Amino acid sequence: RPAQAASLLRRSDPAGRAPGRGTAGRGPDAAAAPGSAAAPAVSEPEGDSLNDRILREPLKHSDFFNVKELFSVRSLFDARVHLGHKAGCRHRFMEPYIFGSRLDQDIIDLEQTAAHLQLALNFTAHVAYRQGIILFVGRNRQFSHLIENTARDCGEYAHTRYFKGGLLTNAPLLLGPMVRLPDLIIFLHTLNNVFEPHVAVRDAAKMNIPTVGVVDTNCNPTLITYPVPGNDDSPPSIQLFCRLFRTTINRAKEKRRQVEALYRLQGRAGARLDLGHSP
Amino acid sequence: MWKGGEDGKPPRKAGRREPRLGPRSWILRLRHTTVVSTKKNIAALRRETYTLDFIKKQIEEFNIGKRHLANMMGEDPETFTQEDIDRAIAYLFPSGLFEKRARPIMKHPEQIFPKQRAIQWGEDGRPFHFLFYTGKPSYYSLMHEAYGKILDVEKHQNQLRAQGLFSEKTKTKDLIGSRWLIKEELEEILVEKLSDQDYAHFIRLLERLLTLQRGGAEEEFVQRFRRSITIQSKKQLIEPVRYDEQGMAFSRSEGRRKSAEAEAVVYAHGSGRVSVNGTHYLRYFPVTQDREQLMFPFHFLDRLGKHDVACTVSGGGRAAQAGAIRLAVARALCTFVTEEEVEWMRQAGLLTADLRVRERKKPGQEGARRKFTWKKR
Repeated sequence: RPAQAASLLRRSDPAGRAPGRGTAGRGPDAAAAPGSAAAPAVSEPEGDSLNDRILREPLKHSDFFNVKELFSVRSLFDARVHLGHKAGCRHRFMEPYIFGSRLDQDIIDLEQTAAHLQLALNFTAHVAYRQGIILFVGRNRQFSHLIENTARDCGEYAHTRYFKGGLLTNAPLLLGPMVRLPDLIIFLHTLNNVFEPHVAVRDAAKMNIPTVGVVDTNCNPTLITYPVPGNDDSPPSIQLFCRLFRTTINRAKEKRRQVEALYRLQGRAGARLDLGHSP
Repeated sequence: MWKGGEDGKPPRKAGRREPRLGPRSWILRLRHTTVVSTKKNIAALRRETYTLDFIKKQIEEFNIGKRHLANMMGEDPETFTQEDIDRAIAYLFPSGLFEKRARPIMKHPEQIFPKQRAIQWGEDGRPFHFLFYTGKPSYYSLMHEAYGKILDVEKHQNQLRAQGLFSEKTKTKDLIGSRWLIKEELEEILVEKLSDQDYAHFIRLLERLLTLQRGGAEEEFVQRFRRSITIQSKKQLIEPVRYDEQGMAFSRSEGRRKSAEAEAVVYAHGSGRVSVNGTHYLRYFPVTQDREQLMFPFHFLDRLGKHDVACTVSGGGRAAQAGAIRLAVARALCTFVTEEEVEWMRQAGLLTADLRVRERKKPGQEGARRKFTWKKR
């Protein structure tokens, strides 16, 4: 979504761009507003590259936020993530993710789950780092309270209630004229109370919103951007997923705060050096 | 230069005009375009009528006006309360209108302008409430809170049970004299539209919380959604006991029925003698039915021979006078009787004045209700 990324960039740059200013004009400009609160305003042409650097740096690494250390195949097994439904409930598109079947109960392949989970957590961390809106969706009433608490603890949003038809597709009417839609939707349950695919899966795909979803053996993983094959019915499994998402999001936000503070200090130090040099 | 134009002129919008019929007949045929007016536009106009600045200005004006009013009335502007304002306005702008709401009022703008929702998100577009994307954030956060409290109470109960300190106790006394909030009141508090199922679900959740043994915090949370109902009998005016020259305790009260007005004096101790307008009641009311009406309050309270009555009555007819005396006697008896018995009398209808009056005859009809005989032809 290049338009969304560009708008994110533009929004996070408070000073805005001033075309036509050369690097030579930094001295007198810096002198005019040396102690201003917005550091980019001090070093105007540097401001763009500062923000660009903040946003580009994490993309150069494959696991910038080190999400691999948060879980292991053993911890997934202990949380009973590998337990699927009975073979009769199996969805055809989930067959690649199923390790096998024991006493008619499907077992999910945890090696694949680990790989998918790492990708999903990494993506979530990047979205949180770029200050995107994350919406947690799940329609299992047993875990509704837990999911809402998780969302509140990370400072993100949750929707575990009756999903009104046009919420994403007709958002200006339902939510307000200039509403900002979520930038990522995390499904802890892909099915709704009548075991049909949740409407938000299809609507997110329509609105070009990337999705991360925990898909059980009876779910359809095709429309989900980052499916994570796993159990969505046991309490320990959902608690583990909630804990993982909460940790990654908090970690990413903390990292963003640190990086911004660091660059702000660097920017100020650079400006002071320039002031020293200017006649 | 322009594609498609035959005369070298710019191509005309198809169907908008009919130029070929001659120089004087330019018919502007308007194409039928449907103006899609979404409900959102009208609702948004109504919603945005009162901006925050407007409300703030109104509040400032109200405060200044309050001080002016206090000065006008010669009172201290600092301690001028809302009741003082109401009295001052009623004095300065006397109105004979029956509808209280149509009379001039001066109240704080928050009570006059309907409550509206402030903007839900900040500069960066991120909504403030974590349940914003559900569509009904206040209602669902209330449900979330209530459910959280139920879980806490259950966890606490489980801990007590594990330690063996759990004891069964049922508290139902708190519910008497109060009712649940109605749907409209809840909508007003939340500033959100609710459906009947939402409201029913919420009440069910609160009742479930009530069935568990709860502590002070949960009790407070539930009481927020209860309103007290004033019991009618508490409003009953009971005459105080009076003593005459001989030291006999008596009570006097009045009663009315149709156009008969009666005043009854009931003595605390007596032998059941009743005198009406100076004469014995047997002589004044030859009909048994009237005497039964007189005796009914005593018969109801099992005090048939224990009180003396001396009453005066005027106006009305035979039965009307009897009814008036009955009401007066019942009211007088309240003084000598317990609160519970007063409530019983009220429920029996002894203390309610009978408002039935003769209905007027209408033109085009023979009587109040009777129509003229219907003739087919």
